[in-house]
Amino acid sequence: MKFKSVLTGVLLAFGLGTAAVAADVKVGFVYVGPIGDGGWTYEHDKGRLAVEKHFGDRVETIYQENVPEGADAERVMTTMAMQGADLIFTTSFGYMDPTINVAKKFPNVKFEHATGYKRSDNVSTYSARFYEGRAIQGHIAGKMTKTNKVGYIASFPIPEVIRGINSAYIHAKKVNPDIEFNIIWVYTWFDPAKEADAAKALIDQGADVVLQHTDSTAPQAAAKEAGNVITFGQASDMGEYAPMPRVSSIIDDWAPYYIARTQAVLDGTWESVDTWDGIGPGMVGIGEISDAVPADVKAEALAMRDAIANGTYHPFTGPIKKQDGSDWLAAGETSDDGTLLGMNFYVEGITAEVPK
Amino acid sequence: MFGLLLGDFSSAFSAIKLIFWDPLFDENFASYARPQLLVKAGPIILIAIGLSIGFKAGIWNIGAEGQYILGAIFGAAVALSLYPQESVFIFPAMILAGALGGFIWALIPALLKVYFKTNEILVSLMLVYVAENILASVSQGLLRNPEGMGFPGSRNFQDYPSAHNSEIIANSGMHWGVITAFLAVILVYFLFLKHQKGYEIRISGEAPKAAYFAGINPSKTIIFCMGMSGLLAGMAGLFEVAGPAGQITISFNSGYGFTAIIVAFLGRLNPLGIMLAGLLMALTYIGGEIAQLMLGLPGASIQLLQGMLLFFLLATDIFTNYRFKSRDS
Amino acid sequence: MVIFGIDLVLLIPALMISATPVLLAAIGEAVVEKSGVLNLGVEGMMITGAVIGFIIAVNTQVPIYGFFCAAVAGAILSVIFALLTQYMMSNQVATGLGLTMVGLGLSALIGKPYEGIKSPTLAKIEIPILSDIPILGPMIFSHDAIVYFSIFVIALVAFVINKTRIGLVLRAVGENQEAAHALGYKVIRIRFIAIMFGGATAGIGGAYISLARVPQWTEGMTAGAGWIALALVVFASWKPWRVLLGAYLFGGITVLQLNLQAIGVAIPVEILSMSPYLVTIVVLVGISLFGHHTAPGSLARPFHASQ
Repeated sequence: MKFKSVLTGVLLAFGLGTAAVAADVKVGFVYVGPIGDGGWTYEHDKGRLAVEKHFGDRVETIYQENVPEGADAERVMTTMAMQGADLIFTTSFGYMDPTINVAKKFPNVKFEHATGYKRSDNVSTYSARFYEGRAIQGHIAGKMTKTNKVGYIASFPIPEVIRGINSAYIHAKKVNPDIEFNIIWVYTWFDPAKEADAAKALIDQGADVVLQHTDSTAPQAAAKEAGNVITFGQASDMGEYAPMPRVSSIIDDWAPYYIARTQAVLDGTWESVDTWDGIGPGMVGIGEISDAVPADVKAEALAMRDAIANGTYHPFTGPIKKQDGSDWLAAGETSDDGTLLGMNFYVEGITAEVPK
Repeated sequence: MFGLLLGDFSSAFSAIKLIFWDPLFDENFASYARPQLLVKAGPIILIAIGLSIGFKAGIWNIGAEGQYILGAIFGAAVALSLYPQESVFIFPAMILAGALGGFIWALIPALLKVYFKTNEILVSLMLVYVAENILASVSQGLLRNPEGMGFPGSRNFQDYPSAHNSEIIANSGMHWGVITAFLAVILVYFLFLKHQKGYEIRISGEAPKAAYFAGINPSKTIIFCMGMSGLLAGMAGLFEVAGPAGQITISFNSGYGFTAIIVAFLGRLNPLGIMLAGLLMALTYIGGEIAQLMLGLPGASIQLLQGMLLFFLLATDIFTNYRFKSRDS
Repeated sequence: MVIFGIDLVLLIPALMISATPVLLAAIGEAVVEKSGVLNLGVEGMMITGAVIGFIIAVNTQVPIYGFFCAAVAGAILSVIFALLTQYMMSNQVATGLGLTMVGLGLSALIGKPYEGIKSPTLAKIEIPILSDIPILGPMIFSHDAIVYFSIFVIALVAFVINKTRIGLVLRAVGENQEAAHALGYKVIRIRFIAIMFGGATAGIGGAYISLARVPQWTEGMTAGAGWIALALVVFASWKPWRVLLGAYLFGGITVLQLNLQAIGVAIPVEILSMSPYLVTIVVLVGISLFGHHTAPGSLARPFHASQ
């Protein structure tokens, strides 16, 4: 290496170390997966980019991807805080305890934890009512299936996933009493090969609709190869597979929330809150329903979306019984958030059992 | 070459500086990063020490990751079954349970090798996947936190003082796992240097037929080596789950069992070498994180760096080999 | 043909597709190990093949070019391993692990711009008369080119190893390197070629994952397939046709357990998930009981020509 380039390197290194963009607020993002996953983390990063675009020079963002949950997460958050971050978004349930721990050490830094339930003075929680989107998916699935078999690629048996299964099932069954749900648990949020295998197995077993709670486009590709199988985009639009097999999608749109919270930090009005928004406030987006869906089904789905959005319809409205036959919701009664948050039971009609 | 990948020499230089120099000396975060080195290196060194015992004898325990997981599960099970009682005996019991868990899991490939001559590489590796499935099962069933809103994962040990593997000195990163790792380094150093057993193990590896004729029982050697490495790996798992990781979750294991194999070789299967190699490896992890954050370096580049570092150090093997030969001839 | 609710006509092809990547990697590694070298870098070579194959296929829109380049990429990566272990005498286990790390890191870096992109897929080849046989036709005779290629490679390796002079020399080098050297065989050169062959097949196997099975590119997508391949070589006692059997058995159980879950069989998911690995151990114990150890005598021992 020539001396000149070494010198340049040294100077640049010093420069990098000391140069601080004169931003008012620094926002950090901790991602559990790669931003190229085309699903969960991809959408969070879109939210981050939206924040950058909205605020321009006033806000600087930093991020780290593929951060494992546990001790590594705690270290990454601590390093971000030590770097001067004022607001940190931790985008996975498994970051819950690390977030609380680091928040204790840095009382002046604000933390936003996705999908968790522990808060403190400087920790907020936020999540999206994905089950609202699942209701619409279930409706379309029930109407469009010819084999009456719906395949579901489920990730982990946590309340959020079980909620989604229940919501989709209830609405599929409403329009199609013969519907059957086949569920495969893959124990991962993102593993294209496993998801492809699971999709193929479900299709081989006769499913002509595949729903997924995993983040890659592999099930869409498998469905496309099989032909005549419909799927829905998960977490992001996955529009490159439209109009078939992807007939619609659930889109996580974090941008409005992220911008609002960053604004709150800028204004000094930030407080610890718990946010659980759905289609109405724009956190859950329903992707464009493709032309493969019959016009009347599309109209019904859009109507359901609007009804959920303006609050006139709640996806968990009775009469609904639990899988073991016991009563849950009476006719017209809607579920309270608490039960939904801790949901660990299937509704009546689903034949499989929740894994222990 | 690393620099070319990044595009120019100056960013290569700043990246190298961030990875290797800053965690140790930079005024902004060295005081935090230095203890983190111990936290990261502790379990890896502990496992690697155990592995080196077997590797020296030609016994390839590739399943340390599985033994790590089982140790954590056993230890956590003991603690959680006693919750919420507080007692000074709980933590030692957890350590014993952790050691036992790892020992049992390593005993499976050991016994299969002794009695059926099955290859221990394959069995121990397959058992890693089995262990991961067991972990997933207990995270959601047996060991799940009853107050956890239905989410998988055990209670957090930070809320259970008797069971918590906390730092001996605050903010020093030295928890019991780190202390045990250093003790293991010293103990194994003397084992190999002075003790009969160490001699037997080395001979079993270097000249198996000679060992046989000398009356060294190969079965006992296999069981000892696999058992010890499993035991240490299990303890490492316990210390990690009761300390830095905090709880049993579906994927709390982060590949230390495999990193330890590399560290064992980097350290030339020598306890002191392993200690240094483990600290170096930890430095690349910690420094790599900082580089990712500050430079936006992709995470994959750190793995690449570690691989190339390993290649570089291995390439210098040629000098040790030739030196050895010239002394003989 | 439905047995216990599972249609074999669908299961067998799925199993073959699932097994092909590890089959290719395993047969290559079997050749390498037969020559006396242990290359633990299979995962690194596979994932490099996956990314290079994907990139070429996307840019040329012709999948076969992707596979070809994947083979070359795998071979090039294996050359690094060969240089380090054969000429620089470095420890094979550690070098192989280093190769895995380099492969994983390098592929993730190179593949970053290609995440989320769709690639062209391989068409299934319909063989004129054979594909129309009921049941067997769709089961065995309607696959894409690489599946047939993998079976061809197995047959080729079996033939070369057992029936040709080159195969004999390879085996000699693997069993007793000093004796082979004394007989005038170029130990290092033969091992070099074997290592490159292993790299090439691993590369093709990896590309099959990113171009046919999934098909997509994501970092780390091989997800341990290289380790499974290594295990399969031991499982197969280094015999080529046993490699095929082992790969299909493993792939079969993996696909079967998913189908069982899809049907809703009441066995706990975790047990089904671990079944491929448990069955592999059980079968291996069985083989060890009834067979005998056929590991090449000089496996993983470094060879120094001046002896």
